[in-house]
This record gives sequence, C-alpha cells and structure tokens, in this order.
Amino acid sequence: MSQYQEKATVVRVEQFSEKNFRLTLDCPLIAESAKPGQFVMIRTAVGKDPLLRRPFSIHQTSKAGRIQIYFKVVGRGTHILAHVKIGEELSVFGPLGKGFRLNALAPAVIVGGGLGIAPMLFLAKENSRLKKNCDNDLIILGAREKNEIAPLLDDFRQFGLKLLTATDDGSLGHHGFVTEVLQSVELPAGCIVYACGPEPMMAGVNEICRFQGIPCQVSVESVMACGMGACLGCSRPAKKGTYTHVCLNGPVYDAEELIWNI
Amino acid sequence: MEYLSQRDETLPDLRVNIGSLELANPVMTASGTFGYAREFENLMNLHRLGAVIVKGISLHPRVGNPPPRIVETACGMLNAIGLQNVGVDRFITEKMKYLAGLNVPVIVNILGDSLAEYVEITERLKGVPGVAGIEVNISCPNVKKGGVAFGTDPAMAASVTAAVKKTAGVPVMIKLSPNVTDITAIARAVEDAGADSLSLINTLIGMAIDLKTRRPALANVIGGLSGPAIKPVALRMVYQVAQVVSIPVIGIGGIDSTEDALEFMLAGATAVQVGTANFVNPRVTEEIIEGMYAYAEAEKLLTIRSIIGGLQTKVASLNPFEQPSC
Repeated sequence: MSQYQEKATVVRVEQFSEKNFRLTLDCPLIAESAKPGQFVMIRTAVGKDPLLRRPFSIHQTSKAGRIQIYFKVVGRGTHILAHVKIGEELSVFGPLGKGFRLNALAPAVIVGGGLGIAPMLFLAKENSRLKKNCDNDLIILGAREKNEIAPLLDDFRQFGLKLLTATDDGSLGHHGFVTEVLQSVELPAGCIVYACGPEPMMAGVNEICRFQGIPCQVSVESVMACGMGACLGCSRPAKKGTYTHVCLNGPVYDAEELIWNI
Repeated sequence: MEYLSQRDETLPDLRVNIGSLELANPVMTASGTFGYAREFENLMNLHRLGAVIVKGISLHPRVGNPPPRIVETACGMLNAIGLQNVGVDRFITEKMKYLAGLNVPVIVNILGDSLAEYVEITERLKGVPGVAGIEVNISCPNVKKGGVAFGTDPAMAASVTAAVKKTAGVPVMIKLSPNVTDITAIARAVEDAGADSLSLINTLIGMAIDLKTRRPALANVIGGLSGPAIKPVALRMVYQVAQVVSIPVIGIGGIDSTEDALEFMLAGATAVQVGTANFVNPRVTEEIIEGMYAYAEAEKLLTIRSIIGGLQTKVASLNPFEQPSC
C-alpha cells in the first residue's frame, strides 16, 4: 500500500455546469498506484485557511500519469479548486482507502447518482480492462438534471456498455431516480452491483439488491481531516455494533455492513 | 541515551533533555494526531522524531463519540472524537511491539475516569519494553466525567500526578488543559506533586453551528479547538508557565513550521509537540526537524538548547511616556 504526497500540476480545468467542475492533475505516482474507488486528499490553500485537505474520489487515471477529480462547488475549498489555473500546483495525497473489489467473471451493474458518478468512470474503465466480455454489464447514471450527466456521457460510452440515465426533472432519460431504473431492468444472473451517490439512493440500491440476493458494494463519503487513519474523525456506525472509519475501512463497503444515514 | 547512538557529529546539536529523558531533537508528535505511529511509516522517517506520543489509552477500549466528530473552523478544527482507543491491554499486545522497535522514545498518553483508573493503567504499562515515559491527559474536554475535573482543579491535578508518579517508574509528563482561569496555579500544583515535565496546551473548548440546519456542527455539541488558530493562546500559556516552574515545559498548539516551534522554545519550551498539522502534511514533523538544523546552522548555534527561554522582553528603550520616578 503506497501513498504519496505529490505536487500536482493542474493540466486541465473543465466546467460542466454552474457548479460542476472536472480537474486533470499531473501526479504520476498516485495515478500509477490508484485503484477504482480510492480517493485523494487535496490542499486547496497554500496557507492555513482553509486548513484541512478535501477528500475527492478518483474520477479516472491515465497512462500519462494523470488523475481527474469531478466535483461540485459546495464550500470554500471547492470554490478555490474551481478557480485554479492551468499550470498551478496542488498538493495531492493518495491514493487512500479501500477501493471496489472487481470480479473478472461477474457481470457488473454500475450505479452512480449525482456526484456519485465521479468514481464510476474509473470503475467502468478498470472493469472493461479486466474482462474478456462485458456484454451483460450495465451503467445507470442519475442526477438532478441533464447538464450534470450529459458532458460525461462520451467518457462512459467508450467502454461499449449498455448505459441508462435518469434525471429528477426528466431532462435526460428516465424521469425519476436511478433506483427506479435499477428496479425496472432485469439484472444479469450472478451480477455485482456497484453504487455511489446520496445516502437515500445507496440505501435504496442496497434494499433492491438484498431483495434479489445480489451482492452490492457502495462507496460512501464523510468529512475527514487526515484521510489516513490518524484523526478518527470519519466514523460512521456499522451493523457490527462499532464505528467504522471511512478513510481506512472504506470508502467502499459491502452495502450490508452499513447503517444508512437517512 | 541509546537513542542518541547514531548522532551525526557534523550536524548542529538538537538534543534536549526532558528530565531524565534525552531526545535527539525537540520535535514530538502530539497524542491523538499520530495514531500509533505505524500509520505514518510509509510517509516519513519515524526514526528521525524526537519522540512519539501515541493516541490516548484508557483502561478499557472506548468506541468514541457519534459522528460528526470533526468540523473545520477558521485556521483550525474542532474535534470531539471521544477518546476512541483500543484500551491498555490491546495497546500493549498489539501496538507496543512495533513502537518498541522504533529508534525513538515512545511516550504513552493515558487517561482515566478516576484516580484508580490512572493508577491501574500505569501499573499495566510498568516494565513494558519500549515505554520511555507517560503523558497524563488530565485535560481532555470530551468526556463528561473524570478528565475535565482533574485538569481544572489544582488539588485533583496534583493527586493524579502523585499517584501516577509513584507507580510509573518512567518520567511522567502532565498535559495541561487551557480551559482554566489560571494555568500557572495548576502547573505549580502538578510540579509540587512530582511531575517530571508539563505539556501544554490541550485543545480549547469550542463550538460551531450549522446555520442551514440550525444544529451544532458536532454531534457532541462542543469539541476541542486545535490548529494555527490557537497558537497565540498556547504561546502565552507556555510563556506564563515557564516563568513559574523549574521542570521542562513542552509547547503544543498550532505548530506547523520550524518557526512556530522555535517561537515556543523562545517562550520557554524545552521541546514541542506537533498535532493537527500531521493531518494536513504527514511529513510535517520531519520538515520541522530539517528546518531546525538549518536554523541552528544559519544562526551558528552550537546547540538548539541555547534558545530555550531566550525571549527578549526587556527592550532597550523604555516606554517614552513613562513618568520618571522621583
């Protein structure tokens, strides 16, 4: 398990909607060792404010030694990141946490909702790299409205997987939730469901999978200070009766391990 | 002494003494910000540290507080972790072997809900290979009973100190709470009770509110403030305490650079602990040590000890508005 602190040069900034951005960062050591579902901690300020790094799931990596993060501006840290310039350097720490456990034989059903779409591109990429046959695999992406998904569709389509979409306002694909789409399709026999999104969405996916006896892995988010097991700030209750730490034990869990915050 | 065997004679002398404990340099990791050290082994050279102070240990394992446990504030953070730890027995069997293999002194931070618990933990740690010292947390603000009372009452602080000191067999460092009216009164009481050194400050009790939800930002409502935001308060308290005690004082509070560490030493600290900065930069302690070598070389200091308490408070020109005495 290798982790690195790299000075990463910003090589590309993409704005997809008013608040949704994608950054491409040059950090070869992290890019080379990262696995789908892992995350990085990024310093947004050079000085002491904001003090703490911000966690971001890895959106995808490239052979050229780059990683991407896909994020929404929600506070001061992400506001600063949305305004970085090409050529600027950011301190990036990672890759951190436990990623998705891929299976070369089982069909994959990949479900991303809102910013939960972020880690799913990396997952879909590795999934198709790993497998001889992805014929039965399926990607379902959901968001509030079209602009949060549409700019990413080309990237997701490159794997040739069946792709379904859902939006809250009906501007793209199914008018409603990804859970409704998941419920309506016949899932391939022996598949594994991978999900990331808002807690109610993941809880819904968990329930559908439990009902059908399908294994389900979810990636959850949490506030955290260190990202590496030192601060113990990213606790969340697990069914076994103790707290689990998202940075070390997660962010990817078997859905059945968790108690949902809904 | 065995820790110092590989000292490079061509480098400036950064050694400091905390009572009978000699450190290769003044930089330690603050309890609760460095896990059990192993978490950092791939990120820095642990063997370069002055000392490692591990996560606070209680008699029985503690699961800690419900989330959210942390929230960022201006130039700092609030935490209410709730002293989550594996308990003293598992600490000894699972963590201590690795720590004992480090080439640096390991100081075990302990906490208890009663005098008897402090003594019991100390007894279990007695004779465990690799335990070079004990830091007594009498100041954690997160647990409702015990801790906070010991740290805010001079008589109770003294009684814990005396009891742990009597049992320990290794140097005892008492970690003071800043959440008191007069920290020097506690410091004196603890010194009189036999403490070998004092470390200060622990976190300042604080609070943050989420206006959108109209709820406290922490599930515990209140928590401990740390980070650069508290440094001026910590410097002031270290300065005041160093004036009134003769045992070594260890400065803690918002240190994230060599300059910060040296300022604490000027104020009277013999050594420092680095806390929250470990979360932001896991290599920060090593960088502070490198910076100390550079400073000592640039200032042509034979030993870093020469700056301890070297604060110049008497300025040459007196207050020009002062009335001459007759």
